[in-house]
Amino acid sequence: MTAPAVHAAGVGKVFPSTGGEVTALTGVDLDVAAGEFVSLIGPSGCGKSTLLRLIADLDTPSAGDLAIFGKAARQARIDQDYGIAFQQAGLLPWRTVAANIALPLELHRWSRARRDARVAELAELVGLSEFVGRYPDQLSGGMQQRVAIARSLAASPQLLLMDEPFGALDEMTRERLQTELARIAAETGAAVVFVTHSIPEAVFLSRPGRPRDEALRESPEYFTRVTAVREALHGAPLQRANER
Amino acid sequence: MTATRLPSWLRVAAPVAVGLLGLGAWFAYVASGSAPRMLPDPAAILGEGVQRFPLIVEAAAITGTNALVGLVAGTVLAVALAALAATWRPVDGMTAPLVAALAVVPIVAITPILNTMFGASSQFGRAAVAAIAAFVPVFVNTLRGLRQTRPVQRDLFRATAASGAQTFRLLTLPNALPYLLTGVRVAASLAVISALVAEYFGGPSDGIGTAIATYAKSGRAALAWAFVGGGIVIGLVFFLVTSLLERAVARRLGAGRPPA
Amino acid sequence: MTDQALAPGSVTSIVPDDGGMPRGRRPRGVGIGRVGWGVAGVAAVVAVWELYKLLGPADGVTVGGDGSAGSGVILLPRTHDRAMPHMWDMVARMFAPTSGGDTPPLIVSVLEAAGTTLGLAALGWVIGVVVGGILGIVMQRWRLVEWGLLPWIVVSQIVPLIAFAPVVNALGNQIDRAGVFPWPQWFSVALIASYLAFFPVAIGMLRGLEAPDALHLDLFHAGAAGWWSTLIHLRLPAAVPHLLPALRLAAASAVVGAVVAEVSIGLRGGIGRMLIQLAGQASSDPAAPWAPTFGTVAIGLVAAAGVALIGATLHRFRRGEEIR
Repeated sequence: MTAPAVHAAGVGKVFPSTGGEVTALTGVDLDVAAGEFVSLIGPSGCGKSTLLRLIADLDTPSAGDLAIFGKAARQARIDQDYGIAFQQAGLLPWRTVAANIALPLELHRWSRARRDARVAELAELVGLSEFVGRYPDQLSGGMQQRVAIARSLAASPQLLLMDEPFGALDEMTRERLQTELARIAAETGAAVVFVTHSIPEAVFLSRPGRPRDEALRESPEYFTRVTAVREALHGAPLQRANER
Repeated sequence: MTATRLPSWLRVAAPVAVGLLGLGAWFAYVASGSAPRMLPDPAAILGEGVQRFPLIVEAAAITGTNALVGLVAGTVLAVALAALAATWRPVDGMTAPLVAALAVVPIVAITPILNTMFGASSQFGRAAVAAIAAFVPVFVNTLRGLRQTRPVQRDLFRATAASGAQTFRLLTLPNALPYLLTGVRVAASLAVISALVAEYFGGPSDGIGTAIATYAKSGRAALAWAFVGGGIVIGLVFFLVTSLLERAVARRLGAGRPPA
Repeated sequence: MTDQALAPGSVTSIVPDDGGMPRGRRPRGVGIGRVGWGVAGVAAVVAVWELYKLLGPADGVTVGGDGSAGSGVILLPRTHDRAMPHMWDMVARMFAPTSGGDTPPLIVSVLEAAGTTLGLAALGWVIGVVVGGILGIVMQRWRLVEWGLLPWIVVSQIVPLIAFAPVVNALGNQIDRAGVFPWPQWFSVALIASYLAFFPVAIGMLRGLEAPDALHLDLFHAGAAGWWSTLIHLRLPAAVPHLLPALRLAAASAVVGAVVAEVSIGLRGGIGRMLIQLAGQASSDPAAPWAPTFGTVAIGLVAAAGVALIGATLHRFRRGEEIR
C-alpha cells in the first residue's frame, strides 16, 4: 500500500508575536490518501492556511509529526512532490503565460524541448492554448488563476495544495473553475488538499464517486450535504486564533 | 531560505562597528607609513579642526548661508510654479520637460556664467545654483502632492458643496504638505552640495569649497580634510532639521499615505 | 513626470523608490506632445531673456549698495551685451573660430571636450553601477552587511561627498608620482564620477531585490529554488523598476562628478576646464562661455537618454508597474 499523501499526527503550530504567543493549531490529525480530494473548511483565522503552509514546508510545525508521501515535508518540497496555488495567482508580470507555467520546470533544469511540450499539454488542460503568448496584465482574474493552476501541475505532482484559489473571483467564474479543477484532479489522479471558507465549494469538490458537473449543483443530495456541513460547523465551538 | 533572526541591537551595533573598523583601518594605514601625504591620520585632522575652528566656522557660515538662501528661494519658486502647473495644463506641459532636463544636467556648470552676470564678488551665483538645485525636488514632490487627492475625497467635498478655496485649504493643502516637506528634505542636501560645489567654479574666495581646493592644492592635507569635515557637518545639520520638520508634520497630518 | 517624487516618510531612500520612468501617457493638453511643450518651454525662456534685455533697467537691480563697484547684492543683472549677450549672439559665436584665426569653430571644440567628459562620466558610471550593484546584492544576501553598511551609504548621499574631489586628485597625483602604479589624471576624474554614481545604485539595487512580495517568494520556496535561482529569476527582474531611476540618478551624478573633478584638476580636453577658461575671458568675449555651458547641458541630456534607452530594452520587466 502506498504511503498516504499527507499524514499529520498531533501537529501544532505556535507563532511568537508582540503580545505573547499565538496558538494557530493544536493536536491536528489528518490523513489524506493518494488520489483523495480533501477540503479544509472553516472561518478565517481557524488555522487552515497555516496547516497548508506546514504541509508545503513554508513553515515548520511546533509539535507533532508530518509526513508527505512518507517523507519529511522538507524532503517532499525538495523532491517537488507537490504543486501549490494561492488565492492570488502570483504570476510574474514580466513572463508570458507559457513562461509562467514553465517556471517550476526551468527551476529544475528541464530541457527546452521537454518544457515546451509540457507547457503545451498544460495550457490545453486548462483551456488557455491560445493565450500562451500573452502577459499576465492582459488576462482576466479567472484566466490568471487558471495559469496558476497549470503552473502547479507542471511537474505532474501527486499532491496539489490549494489555498482558497478561487476566493478572489466572481461567483460564475468560481463555479466554472471548480468544475475544471474537479475534472483535472480526476484526470491526473492527484491528491488535493483544498482550503476554502465556502461550504458549497467544499461540498461540490469533495464529492467522491459522482461526476462533479453542473448537474450536481442542483441535486437534492448536494443541498442535504451542504446543510449537514453547515450545521456541523455552526454546532462546533468556534475558536479563532486571535480570540484564544 | 528563512533567515535566522538577528538580535535587534545589532541594527545599531553593526554600523557603529563598521565605522570603528574603518577608522581603525585608517589609523593603521597611516601609522604604517605607506599612506600618501594627502591622507593624514584622523587625529591630525581633528587637531587642525580644533585649532582652526573659527576659520572653519566662518567658511561654513558662507556656504551654509548660500545653501539656505538657495533652499528657501528654490522652495518658494517651486511651490508657486507647482501650484500653477497643477491648475493650468499649458504651464504643466511647458515645465515638465524643462524640469526633467534640469534634473539630469549638472546645474553647477552655469556658475561661471552667473558670476559673470552678477559680478565675481557676489555670492549670488552660488545661491542661485543652490536655488535651482533645490527647486527640482520640491517642484516634483509638491506637484505630486497636489495631485494626490483621492477621487473619493474630492467627491465628498463636491457633494457637500464646498467652494474651491475651501477644498484647497481643507483637502488639497493638507494632502500636499507631507509631499512638500519630503521634497524640502531632499532639496536641503542638494542645496548644500550645490552651494559647495559651485565654489569650485569661481566667484569670491571664501566658503568651504574654495578652502578645500586651496589647501588641497598647497598640500596642507589635514587642514583640507578638516574643511571637508565642516562641509559634512553642514550637510548633516540641514538634513536633520528638514527631516525632523518632515516627520513632525507628517505625524500630525497622518503621513499622506492613503490607508491600504 | 513624477518619477522623482517620494512618498512622505521614505526616510532612508533618497533614490525614489516608487517606480521607473515616465509612466504611461498622461493626457497632456491639446495633443501637442511632450516635445512640442518642451520647445514651447524653451521658447518661453528665450522670450523672457530677450524681453528683460529689452525692457529691464540698464544697470540691473542692486540692493543695499552705495553705488561703488562691487557693493550691495545684485538681484537682477545689467542688460548690457557684455553681461547678457543676445541669444542669437550666443548661437553665432558657436560657429565662429574658437580662438580667432584658423582655429576650428567653437562648437567643434565644445563637442570634442564634451565627448571627452561624457566618456569619462560613462566610465565612472559603469564602474559605479558594477560596484554598487554587487554591493546591493551582497547586502540583500546578508542582512548583517546591510545593517552595517546601509546607514553609511545613506549618510553619504546626504553629505557633500564631492568635497573630496580636490583631495582625491591630490592623492592620485601622489600615487602616480610615487610610481606605485600609473594614475593618469583622467582616471581621477572617472573615479570621482564612479564614487558619486555608486551610492544610488547600491540603494536602488537593495530596494529592488527586496521588492518581490511574499507570495512570489513563497512560490519560489515551494518550488525548491535556491538563493541563486531566486536571484536570477525573481529578485533581479523584480528589481528593474527600482534600478532604473537609480541608474538615471547615477548617470546625472557621474556627469556632475566628472565636470567638477575636471574643474578641480584642470584636466586638459575636458569641458570643465573650458568652462572656467572661457568664463575668465568673458569680459572680452561675452558670448563664448555659453557654448561650453550648452555643451554641459547636452552631456547631461545624452546621459539621461542613454539610461532611457536601457530602460526601453528592459520594458518587459516594467510591466505591471503601478501608475500612480
